[in-house]
Amino acid sequence: MTTPILEIQDLHARAGERDVLQGIELTVAPGEVHAIMGPNGSGKSTLANVLAGRPSVDVTHGKVLYRGADLLGMAPEQRAREGVFLAFQYPVEIPGITNMYFAKAALNAVRAHRGEKELDAFDFLSLAREKMKLVEMDEALMNRAINEGFSGGEKKRNEILQMAILEPTLAVLDETDSGLDIDALRIVANGVNSLRSADRSMVLITHYQRLLDYIVPDVVHVLSSGRIVRSGGKELALELEEKGYGWLEEAAAG
Amino acid sequence: MAEAQDLQKLAEREYEFGFVTDIETDSAPPGLSEDTIRMISNKKDEPEWLLDWRLRAYKRWLTLEDPAWAKVKHPPINYQDIIYYSAPKPKKQLESLDEVDPEILRAYEKLGIPLLEQKRLAGVAVDAVFDSVSVATTFKAELEKQGILFCSFSEAVKNHPDLIQKYLGSVVPYADNFYAALNSAVFTDGSFAYIPEGVRCPMELSTYFRINAANTGQFERTLLVADKGAYVSYLEGCTAPMRDENQLHAAVVELVALEDAEIKYSTIQNWYPGDKNGKGGIYNFVTKRGKCAGARSKISWTQVETGSAITWKYPSCILQGDDSVGEFYSVALTANHQQADTGTKMIHIGKNTSSTIISKGISAGHGDNTYRGLVRMQKGADGARNYSQCDSLLLGDQCGAHTFPYLEVQNSTATVEHEATTSKIGEDQLFYCQQRGISEEDAISLIVNGFCKQVFRELPMEFAVEANNLLSLSLEGSVG
Ligand SMILES: Nc1ncnc2c1ncn2[C@@H]1O[C@H](COP(=O)(O)OP(=O)(O)OP(=O)(O)O)[C@@H](O)[C@H]1O
Ligand SMILES: [Mg+2]
Repeated sequence: MTTPILEIQDLHARAGERDVLQGIELTVAPGEVHAIMGPNGSGKSTLANVLAGRPSVDVTHGKVLYRGADLLGMAPEQRAREGVFLAFQYPVEIPGITNMYFAKAALNAVRAHRGEKELDAFDFLSLAREKMKLVEMDEALMNRAINEGFSGGEKKRNEILQMAILEPTLAVLDETDSGLDIDALRIVANGVNSLRSADRSMVLITHYQRLLDYIVPDVVHVLSSGRIVRSGGKELALELEEKGYGWLEEAAAG
Repeated sequence: MAEAQDLQKLAEREYEFGFVTDIETDSAPPGLSEDTIRMISNKKDEPEWLLDWRLRAYKRWLTLEDPAWAKVKHPPINYQDIIYYSAPKPKKQLESLDEVDPEILRAYEKLGIPLLEQKRLAGVAVDAVFDSVSVATTFKAELEKQGILFCSFSEAVKNHPDLIQKYLGSVVPYADNFYAALNSAVFTDGSFAYIPEGVRCPMELSTYFRINAANTGQFERTLLVADKGAYVSYLEGCTAPMRDENQLHAAVVELVALEDAEIKYSTIQNWYPGDKNGKGGIYNFVTKRGKCAGARSKISWTQVETGSAITWKYPSCILQGDDSVGEFYSVALTANHQQADTGTKMIHIGKNTSSTIISKGISAGHGDNTYRGLVRMQKGADGARNYSQCDSLLLGDQCGAHTFPYLEVQNSTATVEHEATTSKIGEDQLFYCQQRGISEEDAISLIVNGFCKQVFRELPMEFAVEANNLLSLSLEGSVG
């Protein structure tokens, strides 16, 4: 059997004063796309943050293996350089630094880690242009400060652009579909689909089954009160759309 | 928690340029009296009127007291402990850089400013002030072709006494304040530039200052005059060697812009800030002021202040000519126990004068950063406008940032706009960068540089790169 890209074992984590994650089990094989759904506050973003290494979330128990190696022992930037990417639910603004400069710095940090030559401004520009086409992003946005004054949809598209540039091995997309209009949703989905490959895995956090019409997942999980309470195929998403989460929460409690 | 520790380390960055150059110096005994002033004037072979001016300044100084209003703390300074004159012993008259003391050249090289290199590079003329006496002046011939005068202050006193007599003290009178009076009494050297009518100075004029001999107060005097329609961009940058005693630096810079003239004055100040416990470091008490004397003239100050234990500095503009423009762009970084009380004064006298103030304060460690700015719209300043923006960035929670804007509006047609923000470097921003593979250290430097962008883009190209490096360097080795 090939080594999974991601293997989460009995993961417990605290954020603020709360035990948010209470025993997550999840295995994602190479090439798979997993969707995670679940009610507000159930811990989806917290899980994404644990994977990316946000310092404000404390892992209190459990193990996370990334391609067989201990992920939790790595610094956040090391994880990123090793190919873990998080598309943020709320991307931050950083004044004074252009989006283009930032994306280049990020790619070069990853390339340096891989022992590849850094790209100069010229080479990076042609690469960025190609990726911008993929997500139909206007070049003007690249010359503005990172996310500053971007619309909600532009911020999300920018996350996907960065993902396309960095070509991660494990991409975690936290509600990248929220706040997108129909066209933008299609564009983002195309971006994601074009990155799907046999050695790359994705975890999509979403509230809407609509996204899953465009990006067809291999597995759908339901996260509730910090635990995965149900896993199934694509049909599970449809069932949730119809029935809501109540029945699952009751089942989990009972 | 981890963040607090990192910021702690960041704040404790070591000074990169701490070293003492070993050269023979010719110094006066410590202390200040009329005799000291006569000795300085005599050593410099000055005309009688200048000695008189110095003595008047000295008498005035005796009646003044150290200003107590600034938000800085230091033990009282004993002005009788200071050496007021110190010069590297000249071996002979220097004709070219090859004759400069190799020790001095080596010092410049350590600072990354090899004069020989600079001479060849990018058309920058360098008047290097080493301690109190100029040792090398380059590019003079080229400037002379255009009628531009650029030389040490002492030379100017000898060769262009009429200009000096006309403009010295015309913007900063000797009685202006305690430190200006002290400087007027005892200044030893500095720079002078005169750009004749209609001439656009073809290169950036640049001076690198060095403070060297122990216990030597530094009293530089700079005078720049841009005649009608002239343009000049002037760069001032400095570093100082590491030592324990506090050193006083009380410079005076005067700028005069006549009709349609423009002066752009850029400073990178990186003097020894003291060690991480707040021991040592330069006291930088400077009076910088420009007068837009003519209509449509413009004076623009840009400063990047990262050094000194204490900075007390308010580069100002007197907007006398109608339609004249004043600008102040500032980045001030205080780390460890550094204190900065800096800002500007925009005095609007003429009609339709306008001014812009952009101030960026960065505090780390126990640093204390104060912006103090005055905007005065005088009675005759019809239609005058000011825009001020003061932003503070805090790294850690033991540092301070303060903003004191003073407004005096005596003309109802004048408009004044003021914005101020204070922010902490955000965990969210750092994490976002790290999630993209950028190290925490690089992320801090990225965010800080982004914060300063509005100011950096006002700097001449080569200085902008240096400023970027300087901030990054200041933050280097500080995290992780
Ligand atoms: N730093 C924190 N301090 C306090 N509480 C936190 C912190 N981070 C997360 N929480 C709490 O943990 C719970 C889970 O938050 P999380 O953001 O993971 O939910 P989510 O499933 O992503 O919800 P949504 O669908 O609304 O995005 C919430 O109740 C949230 O308030
Ligand atoms: Mg969430």
